[in-house]
Amino acid sequence: MALVLQGIDKIVGREVHLKDIHLKLAPGSRHVVLGRTLAGKTSLLRVMAGLDRPTAGRILVEDRDMTGVGVRKRSVAMVYQQFINYPSLTVFDNIASPLKLAGMPKADIDRRVRETAAMLHIDNLLDRLPAELSGGQQQRTAIARALVKEAQLLLLDEPLVNLDYKLREELRVELQQIFEQRSAVVVYTTTEPAEALMLGGNIVVMDEGRILQAGPTPEVYRHPATMRVAEIFSDPPINFIKGDVRDHRALLGQAIQMPLNGHMAHLAPGPYTFGVRCNHLFLKSTSPEDVAIRAVVELCEINGSETFIHINYENTRLVVQDDGVHSLKLGREVMVYVHPCHLFVYDPEGKLVASPDQSCYVDR
Amino acid sequence: MEKWDDNRAWFLVLPVFIVVAFSAIVPLMTVVNYSVQDILGPGQTYFAGTEWFEEVLHDGRLHEALWRQLLFSGLVLLIEIPLGIMIALAMPKRGWGVSACLVTLALPLLIPWNVIGTIWLIFTRPDIGMLGVAINKAGIVFDHTASPTDAWITVMLMEVWHWTPLVALLCYAGLRAIPEAYYQAAKIDGASGWAVFRYIQLPKMRGVLTIAILLRFMDSFLIYAEPFVLTGGGPGNSTTFLSIYLVKIAMGQFDLGPAAAFSLIYFVIVLLFSFIFYQVLQNVGRREKQ
Repeated sequence: MALVLQGIDKIVGREVHLKDIHLKLAPGSRHVVLGRTLAGKTSLLRVMAGLDRPTAGRILVEDRDMTGVGVRKRSVAMVYQQFINYPSLTVFDNIASPLKLAGMPKADIDRRVRETAAMLHIDNLLDRLPAELSGGQQQRTAIARALVKEAQLLLLDEPLVNLDYKLREELRVELQQIFEQRSAVVVYTTTEPAEALMLGGNIVVMDEGRILQAGPTPEVYRHPATMRVAEIFSDPPINFIKGDVRDHRALLGQAIQMPLNGHMAHLAPGPYTFGVRCNHLFLKSTSPEDVAIRAVVELCEINGSETFIHINYENTRLVVQDDGVHSLKLGREVMVYVHPCHLFVYDPEGKLVASPDQSCYVDR
Repeated sequence: MEKWDDNRAWFLVLPVFIVVAFSAIVPLMTVVNYSVQDILGPGQTYFAGTEWFEEVLHDGRLHEALWRQLLFSGLVLLIEIPLGIMIALAMPKRGWGVSACLVTLALPLLIPWNVIGTIWLIFTRPDIGMLGVAINKAGIVFDHTASPTDAWITVMLMEVWHWTPLVALLCYAGLRAIPEAYYQAAKIDGASGWAVFRYIQLPKMRGVLTIAILLRFMDSFLIYAEPFVLTGGGPGNSTTFLSIYLVKIAMGQFDLGPAAAFSLIYFVIVLLFSFIFYQVLQNVGRREKQ
C-alpha cells in the first residue's frame, strides 16, 4: 500500500498540532518519526490511521482520496505506549479479537493467533489474562493483536517507552525482524535518536507540528539540514560553537583556528555556527590534524560504560562523550581534541552549508 | 528466618488500636454484655445466657422484617447499579457540562437523611404534595399512608433518588480513568459500542463497582432515618425494616436484652453478606470466554 499525505494541517482550537505535512510512504517502507514530546508525532499517527480528520489537506491511499474515511474502513493496526489489551479476555481471545470482529472462520483464527503468538514468544501464555502478565508480555500481546490483522498500515506510537532497558533492546531487535517479513507500511515514533538509528529505514524529523527533514535515516543523520534537526537527532544534543570564516581560515570562538580543508574548502567568508557531535570530541589527540580546545570541566555524568563530560569553552557549554568510567575534578582545565573533518557548518539562519563527507567516517 | 528484633512497628500501630478500641470495640462489648443479661433495673441484672438470642431468632416479626429488608436491598442494587452506570455513561466527558452534572448529582448526597424523608413526605402527600397531587389528578389513587404498595414505591423512589448519584459518581470516576488509547484501539478493531462497554468499560469499572455494590448493600441494609420519617414503618408493618424494628424493641419497649441480641445478629448478617458479595465480585467475570 502506498500512503501519501498532502499538505495536512491539524488545528484544534487555537493549538496547531500539525502544519503543512507532506509525506510519501512507499509500499513496504519503514519510517521512524523522531521528535521531542509534543512534536506532533501522535497527532500524525492519528491522522494517518483515520482516527482524526485533518483540518486541511488530503490523504491518498493507492491514489484514492481517503481523507474523510473512518478508521473502520481502513486497513490499519496500531500499538500504543500504554499496554492496551481487553482486561477480561485471555491472551488468545485478545489476539483473536480483530479477526473475530472481521468474521473469520474459527479454524483460521486459531491458526493465525498461534502463529502470531509464536512469533512474539507468548505462545505459552495464551490462557493467561493481561493482568497476570509482565509489562513486556502485555506489550507483546498488544503487538500480536496489531500484527495478526495483517493490516496494510502498521502504526507504533512509542511502543517500547514503558518497558525497562533490557526488554526494550530485546523487543526492538525482534520487531525489526518482524517488520522485515511484512509488506505493510510501518510507521514507528520515538523520542530517542539511538532507537531511530537502530531501526533504520527512513526517518521523519518533527518539531512543533512540522516536518523538518525526511529521508533515509543514515543520510539525515550525516546531513541534518538545520541546527534544530541536528539537535533533535543527537543524544546528548550536538555541540554548537559560534565562529566565522576569514582569510581562508575557520575560527571557532576566539582561540581555535584551522585551515579550510576538505568539506569546508568552499566556505565563503562570514559568520557561521560550527557543530560537532559529542562522540567526536576526544580527551586524547588521535591525529596530527586534530584541533585542541582548552576548556574547564563543569560536570561529569556517568551513563553505563560511558562518561559525559560537560565543559565550558568561552562560555559555550560542550559535552564530550568518553568511553569508560572517569571522574574528572570539577573546575579543572582539560584539553579536548576534534578532527576538523567532523565539523558541521551552519549559516546564520541555521541551514547546513557543510557536513562531514564519507571519507571522514571511513578513515577514522 | 523471622525477624524478632524489628517489632517496633507495633508501637506505631498502638495509637490507632486504642482509638478503635474506644470508638468501636468497647461499645460493641457493652452490647455483647447486654445481650446475655436480664436487666430489671439499675444494679438488678441476672445472667440470661442465650435466652435472648433464642427469643429473637424465633420472633416471627423479625423474620418478616428480615425478608422485607432483603427484598428492599435486592431491589436497591438491581435498580441503582445499572441506573448509576447508565448515568455515568451518558455524562459529558469535557466542558462546562461536567461540573453541572457533578454538582446536580452531588446535591441529594449533601442533604441530611431525615430531611430527605421530610422532603419526600411532603412531595408525595396526596393532599398538598406536588407529586402526590399530580398522580391523583391523573386518576390514579396514590397514598403512601394507606396503601403498602404505594408506601413501598415511595420509599424506593426516595432511596433511588438519594443514592443513585453516588453510584453514578463512582462509575464516572472509573470511566474517566480509562486511557483514551483503549477507545482508539477498539475503534481500530472495529468493535461495536456494546463490545466497548462489555470488554473495556465494564472490566475497567470492576474496582469502583465492587465498592459501589458493597456500599449500597450495607447502607440500604441499615436504612433507618428516611423510611422512619416518611412512613414510620407503616402502613401496618409494611415498611418496617430491620433497623426500624430494632429501635421499636429497644426504645419503644425498652427490651435491652433482646435488642442487644438482635443487634449482634444484625451485625453478623451484614458482615456475612458483605463478605459473600466481596468474594463473588472478586471472581466474577475475571476470566471469561468471548
